Formats: sequence, structure tokens, C-alpha cells
Amino acid sequence: MSHFTNNKSEQVDKPNTDDAYTLGPLQAGPPCCDPEPLIRVDNLSLHYGEKPALEGVSLDIYKGCITALIGPSGCGKTSFLSVLNRLTDMIPGCRVSGNVHFDHRNLRHPALDVQRLRRDIGMIFQKPVPFPLSIRRNIELPLREHGMSKQAELNDVVQQVLQDVGLWDEVKDRLASSALALSGGQQQRLCIARALALQPKVLLMDEPCSALDPISSGVVEDLIQRLRGKYTVVIVTHNLAQARRIANYAGFFWIKDQRAGCLIEFGQCKQIFEAPAHELTAAYVNGSRG
Amino acid sequence: MFKNALTTLLIWLTAALVSGVFVWLLADIIIHGLPKLSWSFLVEAPENAGRSGGIGPIIVSTVLILGVAMVTATPLSLATAVLLSEFIRHDSVFGRLVRRSLDVLAGVPSIVFGLFGNAFFCIYLGLGFSILSGGLTLSCMVLPILIRTAEEGLQATPNDYRLSASALGMSRSATLVHLLLPAATPALVAGLMLGVGRAVAETAALIFTSGYVDRMPDSLFDSGRALSVHIYDLSMNVAGGDASAYSSALVLILLLLIINSIALSLAKQWLHRSVVTA
Ligand SMILES: Nc1ncnc2c1ncn2[C@@H]1O[C@H](COP(=O)(O)OP(=O)(O)O)[C@@H](O)[C@H]1O
Ligand SMILES: [Mg+2]
Repeated sequence: MSHFTNNKSEQVDKPNTDDAYTLGPLQAGPPCCDPEPLIRVDNLSLHYGEKPALEGVSLDIYKGCITALIGPSGCGKTSFLSVLNRLTDMIPGCRVSGNVHFDHRNLRHPALDVQRLRRDIGMIFQKPVPFPLSIRRNIELPLREHGMSKQAELNDVVQQVLQDVGLWDEVKDRLASSALALSGGQQQRLCIARALALQPKVLLMDEPCSALDPISSGVVEDLIQRLRGKYTVVIVTHNLAQARRIANYAGFFWIKDQRAGCLIEFGQCKQIFEAPAHELTAAYVNGSRG
Repeated sequence: MFKNALTTLLIWLTAALVSGVFVWLLADIIIHGLPKLSWSFLVEAPENAGRSGGIGPIIVSTVLILGVAMVTATPLSLATAVLLSEFIRHDSVFGRLVRRSLDVLAGVPSIVFGLFGNAFFCIYLGLGFSILSGGLTLSCMVLPILIRTAEEGLQATPNDYRLSASALGMSRSATLVHLLLPAATPALVAGLMLGVGRAVAETAALIFTSGYVDRMPDSLFDSGRALSVHIYDLSMNVAGGDASAYSSALVLILLLLIINSIALSLAKQWLHRSVVTA
């Protein structure tokens, strides 16, 4: 009896969106059986002017897996993500050193086609940033910029990605109205759809749920789980329970000696949360520090 | 409690004073200007030094001068504002130099612009007293206002748009055209209106450059009298010209209102198009 009520209340909390998605079934969270690194970061350091923000970070991002980055504010998680899609290029005074390889190519090569790279490695920000355009134009604008111009093709992609994020049924009748009128959760899913439209290999997500209410946050979390396998996801989150639920791998960042952020520990999510090797990690995931 | 009431009273008094002055001014102009205002006044040429007749050629000259000024100043200022706000670091030496120069220019009295325009456009470039000289002089004069308002409008657009657009692999120019400029349009229009307002009210700079010939201009190279110059002349140099001066002032205000509403509706249409259509 109690089991039954439990089930029911869960269904009320999370709208049953199974039919709306085209990304496939929700996958639980087993670590990928044969992990293949897609991004390799080796001894990465980052300075803003003279101030160090990251020091000596080395880790591998595995293909098709969800990697969660956790740690207190200001320890350089956002900065780390910005290195991976070269958004650091846009920050004056930001210096990066170390090696980063994406798909066996040097990601930091000065002659790299950055626009192409950002197509391959999409990014979702903490605050949803829909452009002040119609819902349809939000998705079409970057596509057109990347050379897709046939309206029929564009329509197909718009429908496909909106279905992928479970937004199609909610907005199919008002594609021409402003995206700013959507709710926070819908806006964030639109931003994810916009990134998916470019067919990226990797999605970087910087606290994608922290500006959302719990229900929208749950919907977005479901969506992220569905991305597993098709996309490689790197997600920064302050919600440890969420990281534990969805991630295959986890990295713990900490500010060392009041100076620069560094990676304390990286490994399979289960291990980080259940058998952390470092005492700082243990203290942080148990909630006694951070 | 008493303090609060006093503050409220003061605020209301100030508001009443400001709007009172405006209403008084407007009422004065309407009361004195309306009787003479008629269709023939708008189209006929002035007679008897403007005491009678109309202001047809003067409206034409005014619109032409304004047109020259805005057509030259708008693209130039937009380009400069884009350069300053999007392509140059905010604290760079070049940027600071340009901004400082613009601030100084914005404070220069218009009579100085008039003398400069006379020396440069009329004499050095050989354009003589002409609508072109006047328009170009006004263009120089409104440039600082247009640039600074456009730049501020661009900088007020959320930086998130720039980051998100780059994260989607969009180029800077596409971001500018599709996102930043539409988002800054209200500010751009407001700046444009300020510029038009300043240009249309200008007298000193025009006396030395476009002159005060009140005939209908044949081309941009003809001298032409602007409305503000006409009003100045009627009220200062022509005994018995007050009635015409008031009517001309009324026309000037109406002209401003018309330009304002046209610009606003154009901007609205443009915004609407960039939001809704595919
Ligand atoms: N654009 C910037 N300019 C200067 N310092 C910055 C900038 N962005 C972040 N920082 C600094 O770098 C450190 C790491 O920031 P961030 O990467 O945002 O950390 P997190 O995302 O983990 O909270 C912080 O101390 C922050 O103040
Ligand atoms: Mg952050």
C-alpha cells in the first residue's frame, strides 16, 4: 500500500514526459563499460591577470558519459568549462597553460577553427539565455549562421530538437512567439535544444538547474540523463544528490591555500561519493565542509 | 511622518513645476501661433521679410539640412559606437582618447561649430553658404551625442547574449546584427531623437554655414534658411514679425513630433520583424 502511494506521488512531482522525448529511454547510471577518453586535460592552469584561478588540473572526459564537477563556489569550475570550448578567448587578461586534447587534436592550437569547435562542444549556462527572438528563430539563428538555409530542413531540425528536449508539445502552437515568455525551465530546455541543433559531440553544462524551481529542475535532470550515450556531458552542479543520481564520473575541485582552484580527486561517481580517497572529498560529500 | 509628508510635497511640487513650465511654454506657442497657421502659411513663400506670406521654402530647407545631417551622421556614429563597444577593449588608450574627445566635442558651443563649418566646408571645401555646408556642420555637431548614446545602448545589452552566441559558434558580426543591434534599437532611436532635436533647434551654427536666404532651394548647393534661423530673424530683426515667429515655432514643434513618431514606428516595425519572422 505504502509502496503504491509512494509511486503515485512521484508521478505527480515529475510530469510523465516519457512520450514527449525522442532521445530514447531514461538510462540509469552505470559507468560506461569501456571508457574512451574524448577530452584529455593535462596539467591545465588558468590565470586572470596575475591571479591564478586553476592550477595543475589533469583529467579525462569519457565519451558518452556524464561527468559531474563538484566543489565550492569560486574554485574554478566555470573557468574549467570555459577552457574546453575556448570561451576563455573572450575574456581579456585570461591566460591558459597546459595541454587539452579533444578527439586527438590540440584544442588550444592558435589556428584551430574556434567556431567549428564551439559547434562540437556546446555550452549551457546557469541562467537560461534565450535570445529576444521567437522560439523558432532562437534555434534557427545559429543554424543559419552555420550555413543551413533551406526552410524545410530548418523546420525539421527545430521540431526534432524540441522533441528531444520534450518541449515540442508545449510550444508547437506558438513557435513564432517570443522565447522570453517561456518559463525558466522551458527557457533552459530551449537553450539545450538550441545547442543540440548544432549536433555537438560534447555538452558543457554550468549549473543548468540551479536557477530553476524543483520541478523544472527535475525535468531538466531527466533530460540530461537521456543525453547519456548520445552525447558526452560535463555538468557542474552544487546539488550533490543530483551529481550522485546522474553522473558516471565525478571530479572534486577545491581552493588550495586560498589561492587557486585545483582538482582534488577524480574518479567514478560511486567511488567519489562512497569511498573517497581524499579526506577533503569525504568531508565535502558528507556535508561537513564546503 | 512629517518628514515623509514634506518629501512627498516637495517631489510633487518639483514635478508640478517642471510640467507647469512645459505646459505654459507649449500653451504660449499654441495660443500665439495657431491663428496664423494655415495651409497657405505652410506652402507659400515669405513676403515682407516674413511678416506676411508663409514658410514653404524654409520648411523645405530645414528638412533638407536635417536630412543631410542625419544621413551622414547616423552611419558614421553607429560604426564608431560599434567599434568602441564591441571591438576595442573598454580601457584601451585608443578608446579612452576617442571617448574623451567626444565628451569635449559635445560641450563645444555651437557657435564654434558654426565658425569651423564656415572655415572648413564653406571656404576650404568650397561649398559656400549652402544646405550641404549647414547639414555637414550639424552632422559634426550631433556626432558626439549619437556616438555616445549608441555606445551606451550597445553596452547596456546583456553580456550573456555575447557569451551565449559565441558558445553557439556565432561570429561577432552575426551576433551584432541579429542580437545586439536589435536589442539596442530603443537606445539608438532615443539617441537619434536627441540628435535631431539638437540639430533642428540649432541657429548659431547655421547662420555661418547654410545662410539665411529665404528662397526655395534648387539643390543642396543653394543657401537655405532653417526654421530656427527664421524664428530668430523674425523675433530679433523684424519689427512686427512676432506672429509669424510664433507660428513658425509651432511648426517646428510639430515637425519634431512628426519625426519622433515616424522614427518610433519604424523602430517598432523593425523590432517586430526581427523577432517574429523567420
Ligand atoms: N572574468 C573574470 N575575471 C577575473 N576573475 C575571474 C573571472 N571569472 C572568474 N574569476 C575568478 O576566478 C575564480 C574562479 O571562478 P569560477 O571559475 O567562476 O568558479 P566557480 O564556477 O567554481 O564558482 C574566482 O575567484 C573568480 O573570482
Ligand atoms: Mg560557476
